[in-house]
Amino acid sequence: MNTTTRELPITLEPRANYLNAGHSIWSWLMTTDHKRIGLLYMVSITLFFFVGGLAAALMRLELLRPQGGLVTSALYNKLFTMHGVIMVWFFLIPSIPTVLGNFLVPLMIGARDVAFPRLNLASWYLFMAGGLCVLWAIIAGGVDTGWTFYTPYSSTYANGHVLAMAAGIFIAGFGSIATGLNFIVTIHKMRAPGLTWFRLPLFIWTIYTTSLILVLATPVLAITLTLMALERLFGVGIFNPAMGGDPLLFQHLFWFYSHPAVYIMILPSMGVISELIPCFARKSLFGYKFVAYATISIGVLGFLVWGHHMFVSSQSIYAGMVFSILSFMVAIPSAIKVFNWTATLYKGSITFHTPMLYAFGFIGLFTIGGLTGLFLAALAVDVHLHDTYFVIAHFHYIMVGGAVMGYLGGLHFWWPKITGRLYCEWLAKLAAVTIFAGFNLTFFPQFILGFLGMPRRYPVYAPEFQVLNVLSTAGASILAIGYLLPLAYLLWSLRHGKPAGANPWQATGLEWKTASPPPRDNFTNAPVVTEEPYQYDAEAAELALEETSHV
Amino acid sequence: MKQPPSSGRFLFTLAALLGLLALTIGVAYVDLGPFNTTAALTISVAKAVLIVMIFMGIRGRSPLIWVALGTGFFFLAIMFVLSMSDFLTRGWK
Amino acid sequence: MSDPAIAHAAQFDDATQQREAATFGMWVFLATEILFFGGMFLGYAAYRRAYPAAFAAASRHTLLAFGATNTAVLLISSAMMAFAVRAAREKRRAALAWRLFATAALGLLFLGIKGFEYAREFSEHLLPGASFHFDPPYTNQAEMFFYLYFLMTGVHAIHVTIGVVLIAIFGSRAWHTDAFARNDTAVDLLGLYWHFVDIVWVFLFPLIYLVERHS
Repeated sequence: MNTTTRELPITLEPRANYLNAGHSIWSWLMTTDHKRIGLLYMVSITLFFFVGGLAAALMRLELLRPQGGLVTSALYNKLFTMHGVIMVWFFLIPSIPTVLGNFLVPLMIGARDVAFPRLNLASWYLFMAGGLCVLWAIIAGGVDTGWTFYTPYSSTYANGHVLAMAAGIFIAGFGSIATGLNFIVTIHKMRAPGLTWFRLPLFIWTIYTTSLILVLATPVLAITLTLMALERLFGVGIFNPAMGGDPLLFQHLFWFYSHPAVYIMILPSMGVISELIPCFARKSLFGYKFVAYATISIGVLGFLVWGHHMFVSSQSIYAGMVFSILSFMVAIPSAIKVFNWTATLYKGSITFHTPMLYAFGFIGLFTIGGLTGLFLAALAVDVHLHDTYFVIAHFHYIMVGGAVMGYLGGLHFWWPKITGRLYCEWLAKLAAVTIFAGFNLTFFPQFILGFLGMPRRYPVYAPEFQVLNVLSTAGASILAIGYLLPLAYLLWSLRHGKPAGANPWQATGLEWKTASPPPRDNFTNAPVVTEEPYQYDAEAAELALEETSHV
Repeated sequence: MKQPPSSGRFLFTLAALLGLLALTIGVAYVDLGPFNTTAALTISVAKAVLIVMIFMGIRGRSPLIWVALGTGFFFLAIMFVLSMSDFLTRGWK
Repeated sequence: MSDPAIAHAAQFDDATQQREAATFGMWVFLATEILFFGGMFLGYAAYRRAYPAAFAAASRHTLLAFGATNTAVLLISSAMMAFAVRAAREKRRAALAWRLFATAALGLLFLGIKGFEYAREFSEHLLPGASFHFDPPYTNQAEMFFYLYFLMTGVHAIHVTIGVVLIAIFGSRAWHTDAFARNDTAVDLLGLYWHFVDIVWVFLFPLIYLVERHS
C-alpha cells in the first residue's frame, strides 16, 4: 500500500491545472477542454437524474395503496413517460460516455484532447437544447405515451406535447452521434506511441464499442421520431392500421435503435468494472482478449435482437423465433465478461475501497438482471411476463444495479483524478451499502409481482399485491437516501477533501501518470507506452499487506 | 497520399453513369415482371459503386475507410433483412 | 512526410494526423447518414411490398422527365465536384473556384427543378393531407406513397441545400483567399458529402419514378 505523505501546506501557490485555467463562466461555457466538457455533462445529467427520480418517487408513492389515489391515472401515465424519457436519454445514455468518457478517453490514450474539441462542445449544447425541449414539454403538460411512443397512440390519438418531446430527443440524439463520432476518430487516430489496440484499457474498448452503437443506431431513432411527428401533422396513416398502416413498422424502427441503446447504457459500465477489479484485486485482468472480443460481440449482436420487444405485438412467429435465438446468443459474451472478472478476483489481493464495493454490487446485480433477460428471451415465457413488473425489475437490475453502480464506482475511482481531492471513505462506503440494500428492496419484489401478474404502467393493482409494493416503495426511499449521500460528500470534498496526489490508488493506466487534477493539455511530457495494461502484482500486494499488519 | 484518377477517368465514369441512367429508364419500359425492381436496383448499385470507387476515390484510401463504409451498409442490411423477415412471413401458417 | 510548417490544431501531433482524423471522421459521418436515410427506405420497402399496385399507380403520376433530368444534373455535378477536388489538390485556385461554383449552380438547378415538380404535384392535389386527391381504389395507399415521396425527396433536398450553401461558401473562399492551397482536405471532405448525396438520389430515382412504368 502507498504511504500517504502529509500534503503541501495551503500557503503554496496551487499548481496550474485545467480547473484553474480560467475562472469566468465564459471560460466554462465556451471551453473546448474535454475535461471541462465532462464536468459540464456531469452537472447536467445529475440534475436530470433527480428530475427523473422525482417522477419515480411519485410513482412509488402512488403504488403504496392498491386503489392508488395520490395521482390521477392520466398524471400517472405522464409520470412514467417522463421517468423513462429522462432516465434513458438524459441520464443513462449520456452518463458514463459523456462524463467519464469525455474526461478519460484522451488521458487514457495519451492524447491532449479529443479529435474534434469544438464538436465536443457542440455535443453538450445539443444535449442541453434537447433537454430543455423535453423539460418544457413536461412543464407544459407532459406526454402520456410511455418512453416508447408506440403508435398509433402517439402518432394519432395522444394529446399533449409529443412533438416537443420528440424534438427534444431528436436534438439530443445528434449530440450523441457527434460524441460517438468524436470518440471513434480519437481512439483510432490519436493513441500514444506504443499504445496498440491490445494494450488499451478495457474502458477504452467499451467506450469505442459504445460509440459505434451511438453512431449507427441513433440516426434510425432520429428518422423514427420524424416519421411519428409527421404522422401527427399529416395523418397519412403510416402507422395507423385503420388506414392501412402498420404499427409494427414503428416498432421495428424504434427498437432497432432502442435495443442497441441498452448496450450503450451498460457497456461503458462494464468498462469501468474492468478497470476497478484489477486495481482493487491487485491482479492483471484475466482473459484480456476474451473481454475485448466479448465487448465487440455484444456491440454487434446487440443489433440483431430487437424483435424480442415485439414477441406479443403480432410480429411474425418465425421472426420471433429468430430473434429469440439471437437474444439467447447475446447473453454469452456478457457471461464471458462476468467469468473473467471473477477469475481476476481469484488469488487476488482484494481490498474493499468504495469503488470495489460498487464493482461487487455490479457483478451480482448485473448477473441477476442478465439471467432474468433469458426468461424474457424465451418466447413462451415472455407471453406470460411481457408488460408485467418482471420486465421492469429485469431492466432496472441491469440499468440501476448495473449501469448506475458502474457509474458511481467509476465516479468514486476517478474523483481524485478529476478534482484532486479524496472523499470521505466511511461515508462513501455507507452510501454504497445503502444503495445496494435500497436497490434490492425496491426491485426484487418486482420480479415476484411481475411473475404473479401485476402489469406495468398501471397506477392501481389487485389488493393481494400490496405487501410487495409497500416493500418496493420502502426500498425506494432507502435508495433515495443512498443517492443523496454522494451528492453531499462529493461536493463537500471539493472544499475540504484531502489532496489526492497523482495516483492515490496506485493504479496502472496513463491517466494516473499525470497530476491530479491534470494540466490543461493533460501531460507535461507526451507519454510513450511500453507495457501491457494492468501490470498489478497480487503477491507483492499481499506481502505488503502482511508487513503493514505486523507493524 | 492517394493518386487521384485522371481527367479521362472522371469523364469516362460520368459517361458510364449517364449511360446507366438511360439504361434504367429504358429497362423500366420493358415488362420483366418481378425482375424490374431487381434490375433497377442492380443498376443503382452499379452507379453507386462507380461513384464510390472513382469520384470518392475509395480505392486509394486506407482499409479503415472501407471498413467504415462497409459497416454502415452492413447494419443497414441487418435492419432490412430482419424487419422484412417479419413483414414477409407474417402471413405464413 | 508531413511538413512541420503546415499548421495543425493543437490536439493533433502533426498535419498528417489532422487530415487522417478529419477524413476518417467524414466517412464515419457518411455511415451515420446511410442509417438515417435507411430508415426511410425501410418504410418505403414495407409499404411497397404491402401495396404494389397502389405504388405502381402512384409512381406513374410522378414527373419522370423532371426526375430523369435531375438525376443527370446531379451526376454531372458529382463529376464537376470530383474535378474541383482535383483542382484543389493541384493548387489551381481559379479552376477550383469555378468548378465549385459550377457544382453549386448544378445543385441549385436540381433544387429549382425539384421545386417546380413539387409545385406541379401540389396543384394536382398530391400533397398528403386534407387536400390530397387520388382516384380510387388506391387513394389511401397512394397517399402513403406520396407521403414517402415528399419525405424522402424533402430530406434529400435539405441535404442538397446544405451542400449547395457550403460549396458556394467554399467557392467564395477559394476565389478570395489561398486557404485551400495550404490545406485542401476540407474540399475533399465536402466532395465526399456531395457524392453521398448523389448516391442517395441514385437509389431514390427508380424507387420513386420507375415503378411499373411499362404498364
